[in-house]
Amino acid sequence: MAPVTLKKLVKSYGNVDVVHGIDLEVKDREFIALVGPSGCGKSTTLRMIAGLEDISGGIVEIGGKPVNDLPPRARNISMVFQSYALYPHMTVRENMGFSLKIGKVAQAEIDTRVNEAAAILDLDKYMDRRPSQLSGGQRQRVAMGRAIVRKPDIFLFDEPLSNLDAKLRTQVRTEIKRLHARVQATMIYVTHDQVEAMTLSDRIVIMRDGHIEQVGTPEEVFKRPATRFVAGFIGSPPMNLNEATVDNGKLVFAGGQNLPLPAEFRSKVTAGDKVIFGLRPDDIYPTGHGINSGEATDVHEMELPVSITEPLGNETLLFITMAEREWVSRMLNPRTIDTGEMVKFSFDLSQAHLFSPETGKTLRG
Amino acid sequence: MDKNSSHRLKRRWLKVAHFIGLFLAMLVICMPGLWIVLSSLRPTVEIMAKPPVWIPRDISLDAYRAMFGGAGQGGIPVWEYFRNSLIISITSTIIALIIGMAGGYAFARYKFKGKSGVFLGFMLTRAVPGIALSLPLFMIFARVGIIDTHFAMILIYVALNVPFTIWLIDGFFRQVPKDLAEAAQIDGCTRWQAFWQVEFPLAGPGIASAGIFAFLTSWNEYALASQITRSVNSKTLPVGLLDYTSEFTIDWRGMCALAVVMIIPALTLTFIIQKHLVSGLTFGAVKG
Repeated sequence: MAPVTLKKLVKSYGNVDVVHGIDLEVKDREFIALVGPSGCGKSTTLRMIAGLEDISGGIVEIGGKPVNDLPPRARNISMVFQSYALYPHMTVRENMGFSLKIGKVAQAEIDTRVNEAAAILDLDKYMDRRPSQLSGGQRQRVAMGRAIVRKPDIFLFDEPLSNLDAKLRTQVRTEIKRLHARVQATMIYVTHDQVEAMTLSDRIVIMRDGHIEQVGTPEEVFKRPATRFVAGFIGSPPMNLNEATVDNGKLVFAGGQNLPLPAEFRSKVTAGDKVIFGLRPDDIYPTGHGINSGEATDVHEMELPVSITEPLGNETLLFITMAEREWVSRMLNPRTIDTGEMVKFSFDLSQAHLFSPETGKTLRG
Repeated sequence: MDKNSSHRLKRRWLKVAHFIGLFLAMLVICMPGLWIVLSSLRPTVEIMAKPPVWIPRDISLDAYRAMFGGAGQGGIPVWEYFRNSLIISITSTIIALIIGMAGGYAFARYKFKGKSGVFLGFMLTRAVPGIALSLPLFMIFARVGIIDTHFAMILIYVALNVPFTIWLIDGFFRQVPKDLAEAAQIDGCTRWQAFWQVEFPLAGPGIASAGIFAFLTSWNEYALASQITRSVNSKTLPVGLLDYTSEFTIDWRGMCALAVVMIIPALTLTFIIQKHLVSGLTFGAVKG
């Protein structure tokens, strides 16, 4: 049983705070992803949980006990590094069994557990090779094997996939998910790739500049982003975000274009308020080519010229000029559209978001 | 002649020129060594002959026989010198390596106040010519009463070698990725274990090369040793070479024989360790 709790966790280098007192509760056996742009403090947070970085303030608890003063080896954790950090002077077998050897486990037991892990990860053939004789994907699997063999309470992943090519990344991602289902341990996963975070985790922690912006399930952070930053960070292509002024039940954009005020927000804003309006590309589509065909309740139609098209096969991204900016629209079941063609677009305003321009927080309340 | 064959011919000529150049360079480098070996085997008449006798006519091992024959027979106490040299070089190398490893590791891994200043200070000590210190050293050592002891020589050589070993070993530890020690700590090692299990084996070849440098410096050093050592108690081989010069004569043959004896251990040592020097062990540790 190993839930992880962070209480007012602070990390500072000299006078510079890089993690500003974050609170987080990771439940036992939960898969949680820390995601954010580089320099947001996610790796530092992970390293504080691992014990590789001194804690400047606050408490890290593992299994209900504070571990601030425990060295990494006493925390019963495993970590997969971005660089894999395999021991180059040891074979794959020795790499995987290293933690058990240090822990003075009997050789027979080491062999069983290493072979077990090798079978799971399909590494049997490479056991006597050195890391330098392996490909990137194989090294990655050895690093995971080394983590499994220890049977830790908590797995920590520090951007484990960022050195793999795109195809391998998808494959190993699935393997990690399968691994979680199999070993039933708490996993904390740091990544800057929102797709990895969305696909793998039970809950996502989105960080920026050493603060937590939002914690929630993949669906929550996608559907109900708490801040403008989360809205722009999660989802690809990113959400269309634009400043607007509330006026008489309408949202007026720069250049005079306007959309009706979404029903959900009517009681939340008053005329004259400045807001940030957000709508995902999925919710702007040429009429009849959207996700919500028929079911949407708050749809507004508008005819706009298309400036660029990006066909992707199953869908096409359309760039339209709206409010003196380029907005992206996603067309399903695409038909051929010429550049400059006037197309009737449906704006599904039931999916719209409004954020405060000052605090960046959602106005949903 | 078409363009291709003229090109080929030109390349062949370049290759020949290349080999000749290399041969000349090697000749320049190896000739003195060869000449010493030859001179140790032939009579003084041949050594001093003008024009030089290139092909030796009369070869004998007399010089070596006399050298190891003992002081009583007009020889020189080579065994004692050899023993002194070994004791002083090996002990000072080991001490320099221990200090160098501790220091190099600290410089490579830790941040502390005045780090670059201290480092620069170490390097500056290399800028002082050792011989400039011989007089003050002599006076201090004489006061303390350690002139003509192994201890004095070991002290000097440790001081001479430590900055260089620290500098070399610092570089080798920097090449070992930090992640590895961290991974080892997560795998259950203490900081100490992580060092010995992971970082030390990986920096090993580098540490060995630092050791060779330190050993050779001590083994070959003459200037300071000639001031501090007086007798069979602590005279090292380079100083011992001078025993072959007397008031009116220089026994060139004997001197060359002793030089050969000096070169052999240094050469053997370098050969034994050289394969460790070339291995690129760290490759594959982390993907860059």
